This record gives sequence, structure tokens and C-alpha cells, in this order.
Amino acid sequence: MATTGTPTNITQGSKTKGGIGESTLRPDGTLKVTGEFAYSSDMWHEDMLWGHTLRSTVAHAEIRSIDVSEALAMSGVYAVLTYDDLPTEVKNYGLEIQDTPVLAHGKVRHHGEPVAIVAADHPETARRAAAKIKIDYAELPLITDEASATAPDAILVHENRDDHHIGHVPHPNIVHRQPIVRGDADEAAKRADVIVKGEYTFGMQDQAFLGPESGLAVPSEDGGVELYVATQWLHSDLRQIAPVLGLPEEKVRMTLSGVGGAFGGREDLSMQIHACLLALRTGKPVKIVYNRFESFFGHVHRHPAKLYYEHGATKDGKLTHMKCKIVLDGGAYASASPAVVGNASSLSVGPYVIEDVDIEAIALYSNNPPCGAMRGFGAVQACFAYEAQMDKLAAKLDMDPVEFRQLNAMEQGTLLPTGQPVDSPAPVAELLRRVKTRPLPPEQQWLAAGEQADVRALPGGLSNTTHGEGVVRGVGYAVGIKNVGFSEGFDDYSTARVRMEVVGGEPVATVHTAMAEVGQGGVTVHAQIARTELGVTQVTIQPADTQVGSAGSTSASRQTYVTGGAVKNTCENVREKVLEIGRRKFGSYHPAWATAELLLEGGKVVTDGGEVLADLVDVLEDEAVDLELEWRHRPTEAFDLRTGQGNGHVQYSFAAHRAVVEVDTELGLVKVVELAVAQDVGKALNPLSVVGQIQGGTTQGLGVAVMEEIIVDPKTAKVRNPSFTDYLIPTILDTPTIPVDVLELADDHAPYGLRGIGEAPTLSSTPAVLAAIRNATGLELNRTPVRPEHLTGT
Amino acid sequence: MRVNFTVNGRKQEADDVWEGESLLYVLRERMGLPGSKNACEQGECGSCTVRLDGVPVCSCLVAAGQVEGREVVTVEGLADFAQQRSASGCATGACGTTLQDARQWSAQGTDSQTGEGAELSPIQQAFIDAGAVQCGFCTPGLLVAADELLERNAEPSDADIREALSGNLCRCTGYEKILDAVRLAAARQEETV
Repeated sequence: MATTGTPTNITQGSKTKGGIGESTLRPDGTLKVTGEFAYSSDMWHEDMLWGHTLRSTVAHAEIRSIDVSEALAMSGVYAVLTYDDLPTEVKNYGLEIQDTPVLAHGKVRHHGEPVAIVAADHPETARRAAAKIKIDYAELPLITDEASATAPDAILVHENRDDHHIGHVPHPNIVHRQPIVRGDADEAAKRADVIVKGEYTFGMQDQAFLGPESGLAVPSEDGGVELYVATQWLHSDLRQIAPVLGLPEEKVRMTLSGVGGAFGGREDLSMQIHACLLALRTGKPVKIVYNRFESFFGHVHRHPAKLYYEHGATKDGKLTHMKCKIVLDGGAYASASPAVVGNASSLSVGPYVIEDVDIEAIALYSNNPPCGAMRGFGAVQACFAYEAQMDKLAAKLDMDPVEFRQLNAMEQGTLLPTGQPVDSPAPVAELLRRVKTRPLPPEQQWLAAGEQADVRALPGGLSNTTHGEGVVRGVGYAVGIKNVGFSEGFDDYSTARVRMEVVGGEPVATVHTAMAEVGQGGVTVHAQIARTELGVTQVTIQPADTQVGSAGSTSASRQTYVTGGAVKNTCENVREKVLEIGRRKFGSYHPAWATAELLLEGGKVVTDGGEVLADLVDVLEDEAVDLELEWRHRPTEAFDLRTGQGNGHVQYSFAAHRAVVEVDTELGLVKVVELAVAQDVGKALNPLSVVGQIQGGTTQGLGVAVMEEIIVDPKTAKVRNPSFTDYLIPTILDTPTIPVDVLELADDHAPYGLRGIGEAPTLSSTPAVLAAIRNATGLELNRTPVRPEHLTGT
Repeated sequence: MRVNFTVNGRKQEADDVWEGESLLYVLRERMGLPGSKNACEQGECGSCTVRLDGVPVCSCLVAAGQVEGREVVTVEGLADFAQQRSASGCATGACGTTLQDARQWSAQGTDSQTGEGAELSPIQQAFIDAGAVQCGFCTPGLLVAADELLERNAEPSDADIREALSGNLCRCTGYEKILDAVRLAAARQEETV
């Protein structure tokens, strides 16, 4: 077909052995540095049309009428579709609850909700046509916070709810509620010598991946559609897309196109169904590419949260109890809110030993922008609050904040508030020790270059706002715990297909999975695993598509564990088949074929003693071994809906940060000087990629500490800053040196002992920066991000 | 309208260009050069950085008509561009590019559409080796900007690198490995003097 840069096989011939534990380079690196790598927005077809979405300009309103006649009459316009044009009775989709309309019907529930879609021969024509669609809105009262959502006479965001959470939520405007009760917090509070209470606010963060939502839908001759798209989970998309189109899943063929970052923001559908609908209606390929403004409406955000915490401790520094209530604003549609509630509640204690707890987490339906998955997934908001509480307690007890944390640190065997034991290494105290004992960066480093202050190293940077007067330094610490993988009984499996054959006189392995490579480096690791297990140097990674079984989502830090585990498992089975062939052909020549433990190494079959039995080329000849297998980790179970008890999580990931900041107290400007991190990764399959993930996660935590927030006008529920001019993410000038200390304590339950790593560094980064700013300024600072006005009192 | 300009050393002619189209749109959708990325299309992220007569610009902010008769270098032509610069007796890359030099520059020997067959430029190789590429969406713009920095300043300090790349957002890496890559490219260039 004429699609440019249709994702191609990536073959990496390795000069080195390139197995696990080595910093092998990305197989897609060359394509990415030459501009040849085909991202979803690069897809192109010779007679394609451009799609555009018309979005609501108000947050909550009845739609009285939609008039598309003027738009349809425009030259170059091929289709204008609204709710009435949807082809089947299935008109909603959703990750867990099917509450999200493909196109708004009856009413709109948030600013920017899709109302109509247009296909035209030029993107500008499509935009202009969309602007000619007339919609008559009758605005409705707004639900914007807990009080307005749960008022007895509150208007319902979703009338007629029938999802499975409705039976146990106290109000229909609450998506999900998870209490956790363990021990007796009230009784334990009597043993406390000090009690601290705090109310914390976490702002709405955006994933702000750089590659905008985009893709190309091409109608196929059998009445189906091919979709080239950037996503985190092809099969989850497929499950939601096919019913709305009225097509069986096999007629919707999806291929992953290059993904420009994800961070949770591509778990939900964006343009997928719209592009398919337009392609099927017009009979032509349709490409949709959001611009940055639209991207801020095209995906869910991190839940903003209010967190109410109470902790107690004895005078010798032992935590007695914890009570908390966490209110997450899920916005207009459910998305991943129920699972975020599960995470926020079960990880609300943090990596500490507290036996008596009383916890409640809820997610609201509101008319704010929908919120769902983002790196850290509910654990981030909790970590921000419990770490602030730890500092408050330490201060009240006149103890060192790190020693206080170490005194209460979880260890292997500690029970979570859900009653589940942490049955793998939990080096919380050690991670804190490691960041604490690092040498501090020099004071007044802006003077390091000489007598003249280098303003680039000062708060405000090249704005030249200070030469060091009024600048004070602070140091802060934080540590966090994140679960790995999907929890609460979810069947979190993955599938891998591995083929081994001789090509060009050399044994070659081909790995095919549906794993979304979103930049994290899964493709690198899969090749490493295949090399390790099959003893070959040449590994081809096939493009991810729906022609192979589901790999699950590239999220929850799970892909290296689960799809990596699937690749490992399938390779092991392929190896057995290869050895069977070898035994058949050569078994009579050497007794070791029957008696020894055999391995594949360096293109040969060898005994565990290192004796070479045969070349793989001779074993395989023109035979190929080809297997597709599913693989599962240990099962989990749901949390009890009243007590929160249950073995809900698979694995845990731990990181600790030390932040060093300098604050210009006159202007309220913050310069983060250094953000050191220590993390246990179990086993670093690719140390270079591991460090890259940890630094990237740390930087997103820094972002939400000092600048990142989607600002929603409380009076109108409209987004005020949907642009990179107004929604700030850290630049290279805002980001400090990030020294990374990697600990490798194997988790015996995981493939190679590895731990999921992508999210943990996002947790503790934010509270460490906040702690450092508090340390520098003496201010309480109970919200994030911290803005200049919070530091200057203006 | 019709726009005539040179991209990566090859004369190009774009027809039926609507007056509001950006250089970025023309490169990506009309020239078949999608290497320059469309991350924000408002001049904030630097992902679409190209060199226009030698000067790094956000191609999303350049109207297509403004490039009439001018020279554009995109990430697709970066390897050839660096090689040519190196062959012209400027191996350190510190000699800078005058407007006149940039105009005389032309690609040779490889497919200027895709860069295929070209050796990678030092900065491209360094990005791969240092682990500075993750999702890679910011990479083309960063490469063009970093290459221009190394052309001006063969031994940049960390502060110089941060200043030069402050207009290029990256959401994946935390920038540390991007700094590593620029330092690595600078060190390798020094070795080859």
C-alpha cells in the first residue's frame, strides 16, 4: 500500500552478545535520528482525507440542536457526522465503564467534548467546515468539586448509571469508593504522643507527550478497516472500537504506528473511532492529527486530588496510626478512575509500617476534564501527602526526617493496609541512606565559574532576575512505593510469538508481540531476552499489531515484566522444540543430548559444562520452530469493598529522592539544583534504558512540583491553558543533574528477578522538591505545583 | 501558489500551496519529509527545528511563502550536511556557517529524501550511543539544534548546551542523556582533529 513508512520489521545485527544485563542500543535508534521512523502523525495515503473534530465550547449543557448543513455544503468536504450518524446501537465506549459517547448526544459533560467530526481534502478545509456547524446549547449547572457532586439535590453527571460500582457508592456522582480498615486507628491514636493533620491539594497534571494523537484509517475491500495508530494497548482499543463500528473484531485490523510518548495518556481512545467512522463513510483513507491545543482535550489527565491525612507517632518516633480521605476528581467520564481509587487507597500509607489505619478513597464524576491514567496512577497523589506528613512528624518530634522515615520503613514481609505481605525485597531504608549519603552539590554553584555570578545557574536564569541576593538553599527527601502491573484480580496476561529458523546461513529469531513501544525500550529488551534464551545474535522484532494475541497495556510499569516474561517463556518453549529436533537428529552421537542440561549459546547447542554438541544451523536446517503462547504472572484478587482487604497487587517498586533547591525568596522563583535518586530495579535488563526511565520519571515529578498544572476555571469548568505557552513542562534549563543510584535486589517471583521501573521515580520526586522548598523557605506549602505567589505570599 | 526552494541540497517545487500553510506542513505533507515533527505547531517545543539558510528556526512558524528561493536543511539531510561541513576543512565544526556557505551547500551521493545510505553525523550517532533517544519525537529538532551548537562552539560547557537546547522540549529523557550525547559528540569531534 502507499502508506509511507508503514511500520517495518526491525532487525538488529549485534556486534556484541547483546543479552540481558547489557546496555544494548535501541534497534529503532537509527530510524529515529534520521527522521525515517514513521510516527502515527506521519502516516500518509495518496488519496487520503483529513479528519477534524468539533468540540464543545461549554462544560455542561443540553444540546438542543445541531445544524451541519452549511459545513456539508462546503467545497472539499466529504462527510460531517454527528451522534445521529453512528451506525449501530453501541454508541459509547470506555476502559472499564462504557460511559463515554463517541460523539455527544443529548448533552455535553465537559469542555472540549467531541460533538461532530468532519472529513475534507485539506486539514484547513476540515477545520473551517467544523467551525460552520451550529450547535444550540442550553447550559446546565456545574458539578466541579466534592461538595457540588455529593449534595443531596445534586444534578447527576450520568443519569441512569448501571455499572457495577453503583451498588456500593454513596452517591451516583461518585464513580468508585474504596475504604480500607485495618486494626483500630482510633484506639491506636491514644498511644500517640504527637498527632499531625494536613490537607493537601494536588493539581491536574497532563502527560504532555510530544507526539500528538493521530493516525490513519484505511477502508478495506471486505468492508472492514485498517487503523494505523499510536496507542498503549492495541487489543483494548480494538475491543472498544469494533462494537461501535458494528464490525467483528477481525475486520478491524490495527497496527501500531510510531508512538511519541504516552505516560498513560493513550490508554483511552482519542481519534481512533472517529477516523474509522469517517473512512467507512467516505470510502477513503482518513488521517486525523490533533494539534497541541486539541491534544489537551484529546486525552485524560492525572486526577487532581484533595487529601486529608492524620498521622500519630510516639515520642521515640514510631508511627502509631494513620487516617486519610483521598478525593480524586475523575471529571466527566470514568476512564480508569476505579483502578486509580484502588491504587490511591491501597498505597496511601506509603512504604511504612502502620498497623492501624482508616482509609477512604473516592473518585468523583464532575464536569471537569476527564481524568484517568498517568504515570504513577493514584500512588503519586498519595505520596505527595504522606511524605509531607512524615516531614511534619519529624519536625514535631525534633528528629532528622530521613532517620524518622528509616525508623518506620517497610521491609520484606511488612503487611500493606490491605493485609497483603510485601514478599520481595523492600529496601526503603537503604534507598534513603543512599540518597542521603551522596555528597551535596557545592553551595552557591552559580559562583563556581568564577567571581562573576553565572545567572544561568540561578533561579530565573537568563531572565537575569537575581545575582544571588535573596537566594536560599533547601534540601528535602522523599520515598515512595508503587505497585507494578494491573491489580485487583485483573487477568494481566501477555502473548508472544517467537519463530526460530536459519536465514542466510545464520540462526535468526523473530519476536512478534502486540506490545506498544512508546519509547520505553521494550523492543530493545525483547531482542536481549531472545538472544539470551536462544543463543542467537540476529533478532527481528516484528511490528506490533492485532494479528498476534494481546500483550496488555504499556503502562503500570508492567511491560518488561509481563511481555518480557511472555517472550522469555515462549523462547524457553522454542528452545525445547529446537533441542527435540537436535536430539532426533544427533542424539545418538553424544550421550549428553539425553543426560545434560542443554543451552543455546553463540549459535550452538552446548551443555551446561560448556561442551558444544551442534551448530543451530545444522540442527534446524530448513525447519522452523514457531510458537505463540500466553503468559501470566501470579494471580491477584479484588479488594473487599468494605474492609479493603485482599492480595491485590503483583509486585512493588521503590524509589527515593533527595532534592536540592535554591529559591529566590523575593520573586518566588525556584531553581532545582540537583535531584538525586536511588531505586531498586530488581535486575537491570538494560542499564542504559533503566537510567533513562528513572531520569525521565523524575523530571515529570519535578514538573508537577513547580510548574505543571491544567488550570480549570472553577466558575465555568473550562480549561484555561491548553497550550505549551501556558501549560509548562520542564525544559533542559529547568531540569537539574539527576544522579541515579541503581540497586538490584532480585524479586524471586519475577522473570530474571526484575522489577517494573517506569513509575516509581515519578512518585517521590515531587514531595522531595516540595520538602526542599519548605526547608529553604520555612513555608508550609500544602499544594502542588508551587507557584511564585505561594512563595512570596502575594 | 507555487514555492521553489532547496531542501537538503535538492531543488524542490511545491504546487497548490495554500497561503496559510507552514514550512512544516509543506515539508511533511507535500515533500514527503516527515522527519521534522509536529508536536505543538506553535513554536514552543522545537520538535520541528530546521535550518533556514543556516539559521535554526521552528518550521511551524515559517510561512511556506517565506522560503521561496532559500535553503532548508532538515534532519533527513543532517548527516550529509555534517559530512560536507567536515570535508570542507572544518572537522572541528567550529568554523560556523555563513549565509553564503549555507547557500552553497548541497547534498551529494545519497538519497536526500530519506538520508538513506548516509553515514550518521556525529551528533546522530552520539544520541544513539548515549541513550538520548526514547520515544524520539523530540529527537529530530534536538539534533538540528545541537548540530548547530557544535558548529558554533566545539567545546560547549553544560550551561552552553542547556542554553542552546532550551527551546527544545523532551518529555521522556529528563535531558540528562541528551547532555551526555552532546558532550560525547563534542569529544569525538575533538578526537578527530
